[in-house]
Amino acid sequence: MTAVRLRGIKERAIHVFLAACALLSIVTTLGIIVTLVTESVPFFTTPVDDGHRVSILEYLFGVKWTPQFIPQSFGVLPLISATFLIGIGSLLISVPVGLCTAIFLSEYAPGWVRQFAKPILEVLAGIPSVVYGYFALYFITPNLLRSLNDGFGIFNAASAAIVVGIMTVPTISSLCDDAFRAVPRTLREAAYALSATKLEVSTRVVLPAAMSGVFAAVLLALARAVGETMAVTLAAGKMPQLTLDVRESMQTMTAYIADIASGDVPAGSVIYQTIFVVGLTLFLITLGINLVARLILRRFREVYE
Amino acid sequence: MTSATPTAALGEVGEFVPRLGLRRLCGFLFAGVCLLFSLIAVAALIALMVYIIRSGSSVLSMQFLTNPASQLEPETSGLRTSLLGTLWLISLTAFCAVPIGVGAAVYLEEYATRNRFTEFVQINLANLAGVPSIVYGILGLAVFVRWLGYGRGILAGALTLTLLVLPVIVIASREALAAVPKTLREAAYAVGATRWQTVRHHVLPAALPGIMTGIILSLSRAIGETAPLLVIGAAAYVSTVPGGDLPQTWSGITPWIKGVLFSEFSALPVQVYDWSKAPDLIFQQLAAGAILVLLAVLLSLNAVAAGIRAWHQSRRIS
Repeated sequence: MTAVRLRGIKERAIHVFLAACALLSIVTTLGIIVTLVTESVPFFTTPVDDGHRVSILEYLFGVKWTPQFIPQSFGVLPLISATFLIGIGSLLISVPVGLCTAIFLSEYAPGWVRQFAKPILEVLAGIPSVVYGYFALYFITPNLLRSLNDGFGIFNAASAAIVVGIMTVPTISSLCDDAFRAVPRTLREAAYALSATKLEVSTRVVLPAAMSGVFAAVLLALARAVGETMAVTLAAGKMPQLTLDVRESMQTMTAYIADIASGDVPAGSVIYQTIFVVGLTLFLITLGINLVARLILRRFREVYE
Repeated sequence: MTSATPTAALGEVGEFVPRLGLRRLCGFLFAGVCLLFSLIAVAALIALMVYIIRSGSSVLSMQFLTNPASQLEPETSGLRTSLLGTLWLISLTAFCAVPIGVGAAVYLEEYATRNRFTEFVQINLANLAGVPSIVYGILGLAVFVRWLGYGRGILAGALTLTLLVLPVIVIASREALAAVPKTLREAAYAVGATRWQTVRHHVLPAALPGIMTGIILSLSRAIGETAPLLVIGAAAYVSTVPGGDLPQTWSGITPWIKGVLFSEFSALPVQVYDWSKAPDLIFQQLAAGAILVLLAVLLSLNAVAAGIRAWHQSRRIS
């Protein structure tokens, strides 16, 4: 009898332990939100060095970001614009390359090419971003960009966009590949039976049917590019400026956080608080992009039974 | 799919002319363009590898692996401190993340009934996997370094990386568990096994290859993570290896472990970043050498994961 009771207790204990493991993910999310918000609030409520309080509007729409210089200015727009300039610039590379790779792999390539290509894409996805940063700084900028145009600085946004684009190709190609393969064979066969060519089947049957997956893939790649840190820190440098000139150095949100946090910042100072404010902004932006991507997948997925 | 009726389509274009030759030619060109674009990714990978091997191979030597990092004498600078830092960091991360991650996956897949709550946990996991790694760094800085007072040590770094890799491990493990056939569980229940006995002796062993692959890939991602460690406060030039020299007496073990967990540390990717920032050519070469070591570690981990996957697939077919 006791053996059975003991076993019951053990089963119960294991159940509780496993449930606690699952709960940790929720605690993590709460932890992220609570730390970001509680450390951000003092930034807006306590006056900065020159005595005035930074309002949320001033933060969101200010065009100068100079927390470390006098006069201090806390307008986050330069960081946001650099983030999106590099993010959208990276899509100019990752979308065509990733999409074409996915079409090629799912519609054209024979099995052995797929077997060969998948590991290459996995390796490309597995290379740490700091390595891409090195590649951008010492190979792409001097050898590719500066040979094209003298105006490129040592640190420039273009090289950052290029390597982030290369990094996110596997994201787009594998998600699009999944979406294309989810389109039923019968749809393709019906089109072939009407004597459509492979091009017409790919672009007018498969692509429209998988469109929600493609959009979601692009958004997820954008979210990854926005959250990317090391490659942009090394390649684009640390000049927070509001410009569209990709030959110049600029600082993204992630690069600012990495730059400030890796120095020794006293806790509670205004600079320390900016880590959390910018982090909160970054978190909300990537969360928004991810949620929209998931919404598109759920709302517009074509279901074939 | 458009649902234009054939008559409407004919009305637009007039009489249908097949022009099959032209259309086939277009199709052929399109295939060529697709292939060319696919090759861009391959070309980028080759260019990266070739460039890094060319600039880094000159510093590779046994001393490069065993010498400590030094800012003043770059010629004899090495990876001793950062390699040991990464080793400790990843071992601790695996120690924390694997049981919790697999446990959470087992709970969600085997124990929990599908309801609002588990759905919420699932969406939450997917979102956590999309949170930028530097945000985990900020979380670690606020919670582990400051609030819990662990300081800028390996423990704080490993706990931060644990939170970072957990969603990936849970998602991968769930997939592996879901692929185990239902009949296996029912057979175990039929002979009177409890839920945990079923999981422990039948479901987990069957899902193990998939789980292992997920764990290895997520840990190799953690090895290359730089941003959260920078925010936590990993330093590039740490004079001593974690904990200092190995303890000689039994009583020396506790302070040694404390030293390992709480003293400042370096890690391989942080070292790469720091050398990459330095302007001199020698640092550039050192960075490339460190990248080669880092990539060698990552590629061999990838190969192990691919091997497990191939072995598992061959076993399933037979």
